Amino acid sequence: MRTTEICVIGAGPAGLCAAIAARDMGARVTCVDSGDRPGGQLVKQTHKFFGSRAEFAGKRGIDIARILAEQIENDPLVELMLESTVIGFYDDGAIGIERDDALTFLKPARIVCATGASERMLAFPNNDLPGVYGAGAVQTLMNVYGVRPGKAVLMVGAGNIGLIVSYQLLQAGVEVAAVVEAMPQVGGYDVHARKIQRAGVPILTSHTVKAVHGTRTVEGATVWALGGDFRPIPGTEQHFQVDTVCLAVGLTPLADILWQAGCRMAYVPELGGHVALRDEDYETSRPSVYVAGDLAGIEEASSAMLEGTIAGLAAARSLGHSTPDFDERLAAARADLAALRGGPKGEKVRRGLDRLMRLGREVGVVA
Amino acid sequence: MRDKPCQESRTHGRIPGAERRARGPCVVMECFEDIPCDPCHDACRQGAIRPFDDLNHLPEVDFDKCNGCGACISVCPGLAIFVVDETWKDDLAVVRLPYEFLPLPAPGDVVAGLDRSGRRCCTAKVIRVEKTKRHDRTAVVWIEVPKALSMEVRHIRVGGSARGLHEG
Amino acid sequence: MTDARITTHPILEFKEGRKVRFTFDGRELDGYEGEPIAAALHAAGVRVLGESPKLKRPRGFFCAIGNCSSCLMTVDGRPNVRVCTEKLREGMCVTTQRGKGVLFAND
Repeated sequence: MRTTEICVIGAGPAGLCAAIAARDMGARVTCVDSGDRPGGQLVKQTHKFFGSRAEFAGKRGIDIARILAEQIENDPLVELMLESTVIGFYDDGAIGIERDDALTFLKPARIVCATGASERMLAFPNNDLPGVYGAGAVQTLMNVYGVRPGKAVLMVGAGNIGLIVSYQLLQAGVEVAAVVEAMPQVGGYDVHARKIQRAGVPILTSHTVKAVHGTRTVEGATVWALGGDFRPIPGTEQHFQVDTVCLAVGLTPLADILWQAGCRMAYVPELGGHVALRDEDYETSRPSVYVAGDLAGIEEASSAMLEGTIAGLAAARSLGHSTPDFDERLAAARADLAALRGGPKGEKVRRGLDRLMRLGREVGVVA
Repeated sequence: MRDKPCQESRTHGRIPGAERRARGPCVVMECFEDIPCDPCHDACRQGAIRPFDDLNHLPEVDFDKCNGCGACISVCPGLAIFVVDETWKDDLAVVRLPYEFLPLPAPGDVVAGLDRSGRRCCTAKVIRVEKTKRHDRTAVVWIEVPKALSMEVRHIRVGGSARGLHEG
Repeated sequence: MTDARITTHPILEFKEGRKVRFTFDGRELDGYEGEPIAAALHAAGVRVLGESPKLKRPRGFFCAIGNCSSCLMTVDGRPNVRVCTEKLREGMCVTTQRGKGVLFAND
């Protein structure tokens, strides 16, 4: 049986930061990711990040992915297993990894689970037609492989992802007919909205998709207005001649491994769905299993990096590793995370976390 | 102290008044929402963008210290910073704006000036295009616009670049 | 190869692999070695990758990262290949999959 001290599942912003932090403490780390390059969703983020210097504010996501990966590549303490999918968690704490059509096993002393999120779907007629794509898929196709998803796109959702991907579509030379948003206001940052509005993209708040049209692929979409009760208002239909409908209607934690591991889960809508109960160190109800990033609750990538750092530091310390700057580094990560979540845009996440920690205290996951 | 930014005017300290604009180039920060972000402060070598007590506060400019150098334009992740110079010519002002599209215009080109909703409001002559390593792929385009539109024009359309619904 | 390919981009540079030929339902197409099969198909204008097993509705890719199984195709005789992550190689034979796939047709 192959062993390692800490297995980090997922090499996105949270996983990479967990691996770096644990390595810095002297722990032996195996970082497993199903993709063919480290960085997770960072590799398609062409925009400059918000936050502060500690979270690489002002740098583009694509460059942050490279900076983080360079810190662990060729490090003797870190093994990076790419194109490797964790497909099972066993009762003895071993995990099964599928790689090159073969199954291998690894028994880590600690696991930091940072598997990220999957995209939500939206119900409307013909939502299964080719041309209805998730926002992440559009980004992958366009920003990683250089293929435009279509000629004209209707974006559904005006959270940060919908706004950012709309901007990226314009940069790639794709027309964005409109952004529709069911809520009466834009959910993402005002500055992201302004970038696409001044490029001529209308944002239709209190609107949703009525139907997508087409026989074999998307040929158009009809949207309609929503009243105060979120019921559609007949007679307000607008038609858009688009070949692509991009869904950016939210993310939900990709928690399969946590369910398998028997971690206590809670449904917290503010955090995107089912999330693991965990303590301040991000350790779940199953001892030795930690969470970080979108899996621990949907937030921005900047927060994911800090959560990864905290989980990585804590996991390494629990194995007896220590460094002189441990306390200082952990405190800094906690403070930076609190600052990121501190504004009005972090209100929802704070509410979700309050609830999560309260539930955790009730069942004794949090001391 | 700025411990209650939400109660302040959203424009005070970010949007220079007519009197300040008449004195020379200065920054215009169209950043009106408390989000966690502070690179503009680090970018300012004049000390005109005050330090952030809280990462979520709005930036606050000392317009007496701002010389309109524009070093903050390309570092703003929100692309929300512009520089306006109303002393450029009698009836023409210069607007410097961040631009991350292709084709990049060249000095002398005539482009469409767009307002905040993407509507064309004038033609604009490109004066200068800054794009060095420091800009990290966010070009800063200087355009000449009618002075009355210096606080309206915030984007340009070059040739057949990507667009939304409103045709120029 | 087609106008779906981004040739210039304000932020990104795309390092394309070697140009290779492959077939899609017998049609000869071009793509770049190492890119996902779905990207090569999309660039060639192919958006319908399969059909739903029951109602035979057209299926395209959806997640592009190997999670959702909307893009299953038969590649070199092997069914249920997620073409959004499977890398393109010279001479690949990509076909539309009908039904759930047959593993040992020639045995």
